[in-house]
Amino acid sequence: MAFLELNNVSKSYGTGKDKVEVLKDINLHIEEGEFVAIVGFTGSGKTTLINLVNGLLFPDEGEVLLNGKPILGPGPDRGVVFQNYSLLPWLSVRDNVKLAIDEAYPSASRAEKKERIEKYVEMVHLSHAIDKKPAELSGGMRQRVSVARALAMNPDMLLMDEPLSALDALTRGTLQEEIVNIWSQDQKTCLLITNDVDEGIVMADRIIPLKPGPKATLGPEFKVDFERPRVITEINKDPAYKHLRNEVIEYLIKVGANRKSTTHVDLELPDLQPIMPGRLQWGKKKEKEKVKYF
Amino acid sequence: MKDKLIKIVRFCGLGFLEPLIRLINGEEPKKNATNFVKKALFPVFSIILFIGIWHSGANYLFNKEATRKIEKAREDQGEEAAIAMQACIKAGSVSCQPNTLPSPAQVWGAYLSLLDDHRAISAKKDEFAAKTQKINAKRAEKGEDPIQYTGRPSFLDQIKTSIKTVFAGFLLAAFIAIPIGIIIGLSSTLRSSFNWLIQIFKPVSPVVWLLLVFMIIKTLITDPDLDKSFMISFISVGLCAMWATLVNTSMGVATVDKDFMNVSKVLRLSVGKNIFKVILPASFPLIFTGLRITLSVAWMVLIAIELLAQSPGLGSFVWEEFQNGANDSNAKIIVAMFVIGIIGFALDRIMLTIQKFMSFDKSEVA
Repeated sequence: MAFLELNNVSKSYGTGKDKVEVLKDINLHIEEGEFVAIVGFTGSGKTTLINLVNGLLFPDEGEVLLNGKPILGPGPDRGVVFQNYSLLPWLSVRDNVKLAIDEAYPSASRAEKKERIEKYVEMVHLSHAIDKKPAELSGGMRQRVSVARALAMNPDMLLMDEPLSALDALTRGTLQEEIVNIWSQDQKTCLLITNDVDEGIVMADRIIPLKPGPKATLGPEFKVDFERPRVITEINKDPAYKHLRNEVIEYLIKVGANRKSTTHVDLELPDLQPIMPGRLQWGKKKEKEKVKYF
Repeated sequence: MKDKLIKIVRFCGLGFLEPLIRLINGEEPKKNATNFVKKALFPVFSIILFIGIWHSGANYLFNKEATRKIEKAREDQGEEAAIAMQACIKAGSVSCQPNTLPSPAQVWGAYLSLLDDHRAISAKKDEFAAKTQKINAKRAEKGEDPIQYTGRPSFLDQIKTSIKTVFAGFLLAAFIAIPIGIIIGLSSTLRSSFNWLIQIFKPVSPVVWLLLVFMIIKTLITDPDLDKSFMISFISVGLCAMWATLVNTSMGVATVDKDFMNVSKVLRLSVGKNIFKVILPASFPLIFTGLRITLSVAWMVLIAIELLAQSPGLGSFVWEEFQNGANDSNAKIIVAMFVIGIIGFALDRIMLTIQKFMSFDKSEVA
């Protein structure tokens, strides 16, 4: 039995005519301690997928099992790093992390809590900014706080929803390394959602592409068996890396092209003549338009 | 020092002084001088222009009214009476002044006379306090109420009473509207079930609120020692003004950013923590906007309500002056108008400053 199991999961939004099937027949098994990256286009339903796992959404069909038990809602066993940081702007870094600590260790003493907060903030190298408000931090620093907050609950599993997509390439590189370092310390199970194939290759054990929605399903998985710690500059020279990267990208482009061809619909344009404002003949028009109200 | 001063000045909404501070410090003299002229001197020009138009307008109205009076005297009593009337108006006699819009100079004069009046009344009060000091001490020993000064209140006393009333009303509005707004905002069921009430009562005129409150208070409070007219006026002010806060609070609470709610769910915050750590801070800007509107509405309706409720304050001052019909009554009414306007403006500034202080997103407050 895998740590996290998604069996034939489907999810749709809306009802009746507006119903959009976002995910269809998703099957995913993640073992404990594994780092899995799901790569897909924007709008392919990646966030929906991760919300199913963190418990903010529930599947229409199929089941999401964690340790063999169905997920009934958000819980302290799953830490979430949101795409847009989602820090509370009126709280300092310390208080943002404290919210999570208070939840995870309600009975801990004040000093103990303080120690834990400082430990997790230190872990993401933000001790110098612990009393600052999120507005005073850069994007990268904010996302670090978000990671610290997720880790502070001491979850069994870390869920990351495009955590680095809003950052510049350099910051992204450092943060990728830091997250992998933190992961390798206690080997938590990680599910990373990303739109960056390189990010998946640098960080994950397995890369699974998500075919574009509607009715998105998971594609064949790609194993990433480079030795850790991976250094991007060295991997870059590795022909195996290039091969894997090209394989994933080719696959994505192929399914992306399929989407275009399958969703192409010929729209019939109505036969309209443009109105010339100056030429309207008011008298005649009025005679014609006898509108009966009621 | 300079930067700190600029920060304070900006915080208080006196941003137009900024170029002056920079100018004094010899910073970019040319640019700051033009900025100062733009931001500070042009408003002064516009004030002068305003007073000029007012002065000539008042002059025109005065002349028109005077001519009419003279014509009327001529028609009713003949040529001699008309000449007498003309002379009387020219001499500035109290008995025959045309009753019209007062000129700026007259208003200024009325303002000074009101200040004099205040001084005279305070002197009287002090005198009275000195006189009754011994008796009051004795009465206090016996456990009786002290004798109080019951003379006519001065203009400044009226202002104080008005401000007191408006704050009492404002606090009442805040205490009713914010909790209810939060509760309604949290539950869409409650929101839809009470929406009709808000929509119907929101546009009701202050006068009607006053009458409603009067009906209730009259029956409820029979104790003659309580200041009934004060209670009626501040409760009506509160009821009139609370709707803006109520609507804004419920909207603010109902539209908290979904990301924040997701965080709250993922961290599994308790209901109390969810409200106090997430929902309330997130809706602070809107709540404060509501409170700001509430305060300005409270000040606006206060005058009308005081006028009708016969409770002391600026409103009844205006009404009494209007009924009084003395020579400088009109000028005093205009003084009251400016005082009302300036205090209203100051109240709004105070609220804005508090709002800036409390809000997490400083840039959002305008």
